[in-house]
Amino acid sequence: MTVARSWRTRRQRYSLVGERCEYCHNAIFPPRDVCPHCAEPAQKEFALSGKGTIFSFTTVFDPPAGFERYAPYPVALVQLDEGPMVTAQLTDVVPEEISIGMPVEMVTRRLNEQGDEGLILYSYKFRPTLEPQAAIV
Amino acid sequence: MRSVYIAGYGQTPVGEQWQRSLRHLAHDAIMPAMQDAGIERADALYVGNMLSGELVGQEHLGALVADFVGLRGIEAIKVEAACGSGAAALRMGYIAVAGGIHDVVIVAGVEKMTDTVSKDTTAALAMAADQEYEAAEGVSFVALNAMLMRRYMHVYDVPHSAFGYFAVNAHQNAVGNPNAMFRRAISLDTYLKAPMICEPINLMDSSPICDGAAAVVLMSEHLVRSMNGGRRPVRIAGSAAGTDSLAIHDRRDPLWLEAAWISSQKAYQQAGITPADVDLFELHDAFTIMAALSLEASGFAERGQGVRLAQEGEITIEGRVPVATMGGLKARGHPVGATGVYQIVEAAQQVQGLAGPNQVHDVDIALVQNIGGSGATIVSHILIGE
Repeated sequence: MTVARSWRTRRQRYSLVGERCEYCHNAIFPPRDVCPHCAEPAQKEFALSGKGTIFSFTTVFDPPAGFERYAPYPVALVQLDEGPMVTAQLTDVVPEEISIGMPVEMVTRRLNEQGDEGLILYSYKFRPTLEPQAAIV
Repeated sequence: MRSVYIAGYGQTPVGEQWQRSLRHLAHDAIMPAMQDAGIERADALYVGNMLSGELVGQEHLGALVADFVGLRGIEAIKVEAACGSGAAALRMGYIAVAGGIHDVVIVAGVEKMTDTVSKDTTAALAMAADQEYEAAEGVSFVALNAMLMRRYMHVYDVPHSAFGYFAVNAHQNAVGNPNAMFRRAISLDTYLKAPMICEPINLMDSSPICDGAAAVVLMSEHLVRSMNGGRRPVRIAGSAAGTDSLAIHDRRDPLWLEAAWISSQKAYQQAGITPADVDLFELHDAFTIMAALSLEASGFAERGQGVRLAQEGEITIEGRVPVATMGGLKARGHPVGATGVYQIVEAAQQVQGLAGPNQVHDVDIALVQNIGGSGATIVSHILIGE
């Protein structure tokens, strides 16, 4: 990914900033400026919570160029609680524990790096939702 | 609108064609097609291709191929719609002849995928998906299809083994196709034991990376009547294209091929037929899951029942809805931008009764469907023998 492209999409990849349609009120991610549900303009920013469930998943063993050193890695279609679906890698989980319907949450992780002097790209990944821990007294 | 006919066709064997370049492959399909149609000149050439820029470093294929086959001077343009490029080019040719702009058009599909190493070809194929929000996350094209397949199995409670009948049928039919890449039958057991590529997609669910080219000559009615040498005229009775979101995550329902529904319904309407009238269906079995989804969205099976058609033997050459009659993408091979034209050539052979050992009994009407990406572009054509 080029520097400009990475910079342009940083808010989506770091903090799941999408849009909300002011006409039909659907949440939209990634942002696209025209609502895919009602075709009206949609330019009001809206940050998604990052909570969702797994719609489907697999593991990439034969990765595209640029991802060789990370393979194998699990990927998923994640249905976000606000409505949109997102394609992303899963992290902090072993493949045997992944299932459809599993609750997940977004975290920011390294995606790949473009050589010794190139960009280090970060993006959203999803991990199994951590249970709230009781404060230790 | 004028009636459009297929006046001739040609194809190269599909496979790892290291001895032939992209332009030579195009030549090897176009010259026999021109000879078959009895023409030395055409009004225009449309070249379906997806990856020449990325894998061969060559764009501008229209003029390149026109010049290389001795047609310097004519209108020539490359048409790209990912793996649906071949049918998209055919549709451009159809529009030109039906609209009265041209009388004789050559449509070629050509792809060269084996000059590069696997990881580069894999990355290039992922360009059919949404580059910024699917491929950028390291999700390969096969991974996207694997997620569709797993969801399908989950929602409809279908075991992986049920998909095996698509692969068995495709390989069985490839045996009788001299241009197919894998001319050997496989058993269901072979399917079940195939190495996993991207769970649940195994090697036998998946079409191969390969090279190939196919070409057809389209003509307007008044020309083809006087030129067709005794063979049955094949008319393009329906032609339509539909679209959906590039990304699977943007679909209203990821298990429904909306673009297949749109384009097949339009094509049926144009041809004045229903799915029950279709004698064979050349579908886009890039992965077995896509074959199931195509059968459902094109009106041959209820949702979740596409796999059952295969299990019950209805997709074989003797079945109710024969598919992949010359091997399909799985076993003939899937040189991506050329596939849509191979499908048309094979369907025309069937309609003319020239499919040899693979001949489907009494074919009058064939549906041919070519898919770009994971379903974002789907082009449907209906061929009718007269």
